[in-house]
Amino acid sequence: MRADLDIIQKWIQPGTRVLDLGCGDGSLLAYLRDQKQTIGLGLEIDNNKIDSCLAKGIDVIQQDLNKGLQNFQSQSFDTVLLTQTLQAVHYPDRLIDEMLRIGKNCIVTFPNFGNWKSRAYLNFKGRMPVSDFMPYQWYDTPNIHFCTVRDFDVFCEQRGIHVITRTVVDNKHRDSWIIRTFPNLLSEIAIYHFSRP
Amino acid sequence: MPDFLPEDCVGIVTPQLYHFDEPLTLRSGKVLKSYDLMVETYGELNADKSNAILICHALSGDHHAAGYHSMADKKPGWWDVCIGPGKPIDTRHFFVVCLNNLGGCAGSTGPASLNPETGTWYGPDFPVVTVRDWVNSQARLADRLGIQQWAAVVGGSLGGMQVMRWSISYPERVRHAIMLAVAPKLSAQNIAFNEVARQSITADPDFYAGRYREHGVIPKKGLMLARMVGHITYLSDSAMREKFGKATQEITESSLNLGRDLRAGKLSFGFNVDFQVESYLHYQGERFSESFDANTYLLMTKALDYFDPSVDYDGDLSKAFANSNCRFLLMSFSTDWRFPPERTREIVTALLKTGKQVTYLDIEADQGHDAFLLPVPRYMQAMSTYMNRVRQEVKG
Repeated sequence: MRADLDIIQKWIQPGTRVLDLGCGDGSLLAYLRDQKQTIGLGLEIDNNKIDSCLAKGIDVIQQDLNKGLQNFQSQSFDTVLLTQTLQAVHYPDRLIDEMLRIGKNCIVTFPNFGNWKSRAYLNFKGRMPVSDFMPYQWYDTPNIHFCTVRDFDVFCEQRGIHVITRTVVDNKHRDSWIIRTFPNLLSEIAIYHFSRP
Repeated sequence: MPDFLPEDCVGIVTPQLYHFDEPLTLRSGKVLKSYDLMVETYGELNADKSNAILICHALSGDHHAAGYHSMADKKPGWWDVCIGPGKPIDTRHFFVVCLNNLGGCAGSTGPASLNPETGTWYGPDFPVVTVRDWVNSQARLADRLGIQQWAAVVGGSLGGMQVMRWSISYPERVRHAIMLAVAPKLSAQNIAFNEVARQSITADPDFYAGRYREHGVIPKKGLMLARMVGHITYLSDSAMREKFGKATQEITESSLNLGRDLRAGKLSFGFNVDFQVESYLHYQGERFSESFDANTYLLMTKALDYFDPSVDYDGDLSKAFANSNCRFLLMSFSTDWRFPPERTREIVTALLKTGKQVTYLDIEADQGHDAFLLPVPRYMQAMSTYMNRVRQEVKG
């Protein structure tokens, strides 16, 4: 169980309908099904990951997030999830709009680019940060829309998105008072639970 | 002819004829007083009869889905790549049932059968049967076999339409509905191709308004043409280029492979068969016309044209699925232009709209509509994984 997933599952109510955008191998949906009797559906484009979903008995739609979610009805899911994928989509703002349309509440996790390590890397090396956590070069990274915790706070505020809970953690998904005090500087992963106002 | 039977083959199989005396009221209002269904089965039905899988055939298919009828057979059943011990639909665990649909010409009652009321062939008098009628007759077969619920109902193309109808008409009798290369109904283009096929048959002077048997002939030319035009729609442009572009002197690095291989190595400058693709279509048409009944072909294309489960629900397909109780698996194939992926996605969207549990895979394949019959690795892999999960549910 990935640590961020452990945090997320606490926000999911038993027996609800969950849509996981970019569901990977379906671990989270399988966990939620087994622990919380949720009815899950994943979206994924990778063939091997889809096979892993099938093996777990997880329903999955092979669909590219960047091509929209028009095939989903408004308010047809209780929770819509997007874990560690926001920074890789073409239009994060449109996708979040769609998530809010489809789900009664939404959960997004993303790497915080405002973390001091990223800042120091860029500041001292003068180069785009490369780390174990984000091991790509600028030209081959799938991560094309980095943002910081503060960026996302401003985004939610401007759009009137109601943030239910914000959790910030380090790369081991540990929560601490010091990270909570300086979230934009110290957290490596941000986890937002939000809904329409 | 198989020199030996591979381990993953169901082996030599024998079809069985089931007779039904209870009259079947068809969608048209006409009644079939009695009828026969030709059926093949593979594997063993388990004690609680929960491991049965129904295979629905497409336009020109029949009950012979897997294995061989004798060691003299040139080819195995039409879906042998998918059905057998160790294959995606694993006959070590599942009891697989496939039948020739009503109106067919492979042993079930159809236009080529004798009409008990007249003592002569039904011919054009055989009533138009629809997908719904087929599914009703299949449900009676399930009753006869003691199968209350199918672990899965599986089919591609017109077979997939039967699967859809099962999920709508008999929601309690299907656990998994697996539809391949399917559309919720035909488009004008689809219907147009079918009409060309029908006209080819009915315009043949040997058709005799469907009474060709009485004249001791068959509308061979017409049936050939119908099959040729149909066959073109089953293949993709890329598949044809691949198939008919093998002559190495034709393809250089600077020229595209258009599949223009010549039959005799040079042009004839006459109206003869110059290109490989022409001779291939002739061969396919010829072979088909020798084994398939023209009246059946007309019926099957009509069943396709008429299929539209949304008609009873104000044109809203999602409402048709409202009571469906099964899980759905749909797969489309990237180069299929008969039922392209977006047509399959219409069904997926309707299912999502009504909150059904659905999995959809968009399979990359070069072979066009025919891909659903071929051992495309990605497709076979997904079928295996999915069916394995079904098997765990029913402990087959």
